[in-house]
Amino acid sequence: MTDFTRRSIIKALAGTGGLLTLTGCDSLSRTPWFTDILSSGETLSDVAQHAITPRKGMAREFAREDISPQFRQNGSTNPQTSEYRKLAANNFKDYVLKVGGRVKNPMNLDMAAIRALPSRTQITRHDCVEGWSAIGEWTGARLNALLKQVQPLPGARYLVFHCADEYGSSQSRYYESIDMEDAEHPQTLLAYDLNGEALPIGNGAPLRLRVERQLGYKMAKYIMSIEVVDSFDNIGGGNGGFWEDRGYAWYAGI
Amino acid sequence: MPRLKGHHRTFYKHRLPMRLAHWVSAVCLFILLLSGLQIFNAHPYLYWGSASDFNAPWLAIDARNTEQSGIEGQVRLYGHSLETTGVLGLSGGEGGNADQRAFPSWLTIPGGRWLSMGRSWHFFFAWLLVINASVFLIWAAFSGHLRQLVPTRADWLGFGESVKDHLRFKHPTGEAATRYNVLQKLAYLFVIFGLGSLIVTTGLCMSPRMDTVMSDFLTFYGGRQSARSIHFLAASGLVLFVVVHLFEVIVTGPLNNLRSMITGHYRYRTDTNHKEKHDD
Repeated sequence: MTDFTRRSIIKALAGTGGLLTLTGCDSLSRTPWFTDILSSGETLSDVAQHAITPRKGMAREFAREDISPQFRQNGSTNPQTSEYRKLAANNFKDYVLKVGGRVKNPMNLDMAAIRALPSRTQITRHDCVEGWSAIGEWTGARLNALLKQVQPLPGARYLVFHCADEYGSSQSRYYESIDMEDAEHPQTLLAYDLNGEALPIGNGAPLRLRVERQLGYKMAKYIMSIEVVDSFDNIGGGNGGFWEDRGYAWYAGI
Repeated sequence: MPRLKGHHRTFYKHRLPMRLAHWVSAVCLFILLLSGLQIFNAHPYLYWGSASDFNAPWLAIDARNTEQSGIEGQVRLYGHSLETTGVLGLSGGEGGNADQRAFPSWLTIPGGRWLSMGRSWHFFFAWLLVINASVFLIWAAFSGHLRQLVPTRADWLGFGESVKDHLRFKHPTGEAATRYNVLQKLAYLFVIFGLGSLIVTTGLCMSPRMDTVMSDFLTFYGGRQSARSIHFLAASGLVLFVVVHLFEVIVTGPLNNLRSMITGHYRYRTDTNHKEKHDD
């Protein structure tokens, strides 16, 4: 065999092999048993991150001069539901946050009551799953202080945040959930101020979640109610969040 | 024991754990690169520092509108722009139907825009690669394989000569081809310990949860966005390594090399004059 034909055969084989591999990867991506195996990588990441890092480990806090000149507005930036439009038109004066579910003491809180809760101000880095980061100064009610007042019942495991925005081509309601470990974390806030001013609508007014050790999609904007639950199997698509129902990991630590 | 076979000998060059680790790594690196490009496509801009200065990415692969020719794909490196329509920034389909995406669909896993699936592939094979590398390194440390990779005094003395030989595509033959040469040793050590540890730690630095215990690494790299940039550069370094590696595999006898990495047996021609006289 001459070198030339040998080379062209190798080349052709490599080319076909490459194409077949990529087509194979695409069809495997649509094969449930295979994607179940693939997602075990993300489960392993979740377990490893919880094993390696302390429960109360703090996200880094930055200095004033590190604040991004503009905090990017991503995902929904202006909810169109009539309920939300009415609230926004009146500058959220009629806004009431409902906290219920598996709690001893359900509560309805207006903005004044939320602002009266023990608060925290922190300058943190926000990491989007797309890859970018922005630094902002957040002020908000500490979620652990609110939990103390509503008193979750024994067995309660998650907090589900129901939002005002309908997102994506399906126009379905945004929602998210976190576990008690994150809910009790000192940096977990129901944020109402960004960089010293009332939270803009583009960033989630009147109230958005800050869970500083996870990615941006966990930090629900336009929160209308908080439901304490034992399981989120029967909420939305059953995966614990809008993006989780679309294939993203529930624990977004990486 | 080398087996006599005319004037050719076969030599058991690569042991089984080494061959397994090699092929598992090859598959993992292939999938990590292509799923990594899928993830890159979700935000095809790279920055230095902790946060993204959207006005000043050092690298951008996107599309721009031009008056003369409509939409064009482009790569912008430190403000210098290069038109790359058809491959980078804008690819697939025809003209107006082309997709605005940094890397083309034939270079990403999955092919279409699908970040969550790209992440699933990426993290699964990242774990597989890390487990594979750990097992390999433990085996290599205890079996003496790792010692083979450490350049000897004689290697260092022949360093200049080896560089010259590589540049002239002149490669060791006979018995010498059964051992790693000094540039080869350094390349493997650099890839495993240099690029390998760089890509793993910069990957972990992108995790907001891991960042709670990795502040020293973050400071060292200059922030999360720097870590993302270095992750991309380390991946590019691995691509460069694979290109040179494949080139060397081909110029030093592709089939013999391939066989030795599958069966372990490497064939070479004995190079003592004495032997040759007898065999001829």
